[in-house]
Amino acid sequence: MANIALRVNGQSRTVDVDPATPLLYVLRNDLDLKGPRFGCGLGQCGACTVIIKGEAVRSCVRPVSTVQGAEITTLEGLSQNGKRHPLQQAWIDEQVPACGFCQNGQIMSAKAMLDKNPTPTDAQIRQSMATTLCRCMTYYRIQAAIKRAAKAIASARRGSNSEVIA
Amino acid sequence: MTTRRDFLKASGYLVVGIGAAGLVSEMPLVAQGGGAGPYPDVDFKQLDSWIVIKADNTATFFVGKTDLGQGTGTAFRQIMSDELDMPYERTSCVMGSTDVSVDQGGSGGSDALQTDGYPMRRVAAEARRVLLEMASNRFSVPVTALTVSEGVISVTADPSKKVTYGELVGGKKFNVALTGNNINATTGVAKLKDVQQLKATGQSMPRYDVPAKVDGSLTWAVDVKVPGMVHARNVRPPMAGAKLVSVDESSVRGMPGFVKVVTKGNYVAVVCEREEQAINAARQLKVNWDKPAAAPFPTSENLFTYMRGAAPTSSAPPAVVGNPDAAFKSAAKVIEADYDVPYQGHVSIGPAHALADPSNGQMTIYSNDMKSYGLRDGVAEFLQLPRDRVRVVWMEGPQAYGRTAADDAGFEAAFLAKEIGRPVRVQWMRNEETAWDTKGPAFAVKLRGALDAQGNLVAFDYDARVADYNHLGYNEHDTVLISQLMGTRPAMPARGSGATPNEMYAIANRRMTSSVVSLPLIWETPLRTGNLRDPNGPQSTFASESFIDELAAAANADPVEFRLRLLTAATDDDSGFKRARSIACIKAAADAFKWEARPSAKRVGSGEILTGRGIAYTYRSQTVVAQIAEVEVNRRTGHVWVKRMVCAHDCGLVINPEALRRTLEGGMLHSVSRTLHEEVQFDTEKVTSVDWASYPTMRHTDTPESIEIVIVNGDPNPKRPDLPHYGAGETVCKPTLAAIANAIFDATGVRLRRVPFRDARVLAALKTAKV
Repeated sequence: MANIALRVNGQSRTVDVDPATPLLYVLRNDLDLKGPRFGCGLGQCGACTVIIKGEAVRSCVRPVSTVQGAEITTLEGLSQNGKRHPLQQAWIDEQVPACGFCQNGQIMSAKAMLDKNPTPTDAQIRQSMATTLCRCMTYYRIQAAIKRAAKAIASARRGSNSEVIA
Repeated sequence: MTTRRDFLKASGYLVVGIGAAGLVSEMPLVAQGGGAGPYPDVDFKQLDSWIVIKADNTATFFVGKTDLGQGTGTAFRQIMSDELDMPYERTSCVMGSTDVSVDQGGSGGSDALQTDGYPMRRVAAEARRVLLEMASNRFSVPVTALTVSEGVISVTADPSKKVTYGELVGGKKFNVALTGNNINATTGVAKLKDVQQLKATGQSMPRYDVPAKVDGSLTWAVDVKVPGMVHARNVRPPMAGAKLVSVDESSVRGMPGFVKVVTKGNYVAVVCEREEQAINAARQLKVNWDKPAAAPFPTSENLFTYMRGAAPTSSAPPAVVGNPDAAFKSAAKVIEADYDVPYQGHVSIGPAHALADPSNGQMTIYSNDMKSYGLRDGVAEFLQLPRDRVRVVWMEGPQAYGRTAADDAGFEAAFLAKEIGRPVRVQWMRNEETAWDTKGPAFAVKLRGALDAQGNLVAFDYDARVADYNHLGYNEHDTVLISQLMGTRPAMPARGSGATPNEMYAIANRRMTSSVVSLPLIWETPLRTGNLRDPNGPQSTFASESFIDELAAAANADPVEFRLRLLTAATDDDSGFKRARSIACIKAAADAFKWEARPSAKRVGSGEILTGRGIAYTYRSQTVVAQIAEVEVNRRTGHVWVKRMVCAHDCGLVINPEALRRTLEGGMLHSVSRTLHEEVQFDTEKVTSVDWASYPTMRHTDTPESIEIVIVNGDPNPKRPDLPHYGAGETVCKPTLAAIANAIFDATGVRLRRVPFRDARVLAALKTAKV
């Protein structure tokens, strides 16, 4: 066991765990976060996805010792100032989830993608999301929600730009 | 979390979730007691068991169903608020926890609305009737002089005299007895409203469970923590049928957090303080196993040869219409074909899990079991506890459409909690779940069809062999995996079931037979069959609706026209009701697709991508569905993309159209996955498809470009007041496999008769046919 200092959703946290522990178990069991979930423990399905340094990271295969000090964002950290992230709102507007268990991975992977490429083509969305799995097969609605969120983000950006210009 | 007693006491009814950023969102209510037990059954013959009205004029419905993500909870609120005459927004719903909700059996069989919706509607109507009587007494006017709207009753002649439901009964009990020999028959004396009077019904209310599922605020069954809990991981036999010889506890005793190794029979689990410790210890534990003397099963490559050669364990008597033998003899053309569907897994996105808490001498299990009541009963028998000392708190979880009907992890957690005397959380690992979960049975079907000189189908012969012997029951204490591993054997293995296609076409001479076959090993095997989303329908419909397409091609007929001809022909073995709705669905799908009538296959193109379209149709119970798939087949790689799907669906009265559309999309794509990717693979010792790489499923890249759902109301008399709401979760899964196979045939002229249509198999078939 060792003390490990983490930055999670803007807060500093210290945990006393085996440094080899996958980040997922620390987030869930020590920090009581419920967004990232165990799906495979193999980095194959994406249910455990968090964002670190702008990258979608599979927390089930990332030793906690390797992310010390890095800013970790989980699903819980997406909302800003009491407002849902446009992706979360789009997920509600499209009524995406069925059981919903995988949707943490879908939303977090989509966030990492849109942060890098705010105007993805359909093909880019499909490719970028290809290894994030859903067993209820909500893919069709996920893709629609990503496009909806991309539009909302772009329009919010235009809105703030025009304010600056004005 | 709140108890029934809290519900009655508390002033505000709605449990709201405060998200990470202080967002207020409605979320699924979970019943959890501080109550120390015991937990007697909730009496379904008491109105108070179903509906609680608070002083603030809100209502909470307690129903014994579970919502697997199709929005049934939202639909229950819609139909019950309508009957109660309470605005939808002022209602909430508590589902599936055995100590607070009546036992409606949890979920299964797509019957949530078709069957269970009726007692829900009737009790809500009864509550409305009782409230009207209370108001009648209060205002000393007859009920007929009262008007009720949105939870407020007023005197029709003097609307200033009014009272809310909450003022009449809020915080108090109705104390009204209901009648009915069983829970499905539960009723008061009030009559149901006519369909035309329903307000929330038919509207696309957003599902109340969605916001908390996308902001991280929902507490799922995987998230529950209780003081003193420990974590367990199972250690499975490395080959099916292996016997435990010895466990070397010293191999893990010194590991951090180690609590205990628990063994009984061939069941082995390791318990540690922390989750990652249990995972590590389970991996490190040295266990000696004895290999079984005989191979437990053939390889997956040899499965169908084995099935065709095995002596059936049972055969259903053939269903015969007309004189098939004579018709085949005198036919102008006879064609034959074999169709194969392998074992396919439930393969939940989240492995089996449960937390069992033995505090207070009770056993509380936090579970996502779709049949929570059965889990309660099964665990009580398994651990020989009084039934009222076991309760299951139902919570949301990953769903796999039948997997949790036998909730292995719930039994394991309860067993370990009893052994250790501490709360135990069990979660399966991925390789364990994918290898050892329940499987949809494999089918090997032989078909023959006869055409007369005019191309009419005059005889049809379907003969299925289904590897379904010892089909797993619902949460039975003597058949769940842990029980089998401990050596328990029920007196008789379950017979299993074959399946024949629906008798949907008017074919004058027909024989349909099915037999069940057994694998050599039937106990303690990872090839144990269970109910996978319409347990036999996708397999039998793949065979029959592909073969109908073969017959249409042999008759040089358009596949839609050929089917309609079989539906309009007169016979006395089908109800006109369903046939009229079938015709309506097929026509609606063809219209939406802009189907161009011509025989399949079309002339094979010259480019790398070949395109085609195929139709398939079927029904289940009273729900009718027709689907058309448009595919692109890559001639160089064998890759199939289902580019477009059209689905025409008639399930009678629709409660929530948008939730229905999502359910149909997901169900159809689930079957796209089964068509293109899914196959359980095994050698003669063990399942070898153990993760998402070796058991591939559909991905984002496979998603159709377009999905169109046409909600058909083919009821011959849609204005009738008793228009029923039929089930919708499973019918949609049935025709997809054949629709895709038929589209591939249309594109390439190659008939694929064995799923899944992975690239290599398709490419090999194209090469053989020189396409």
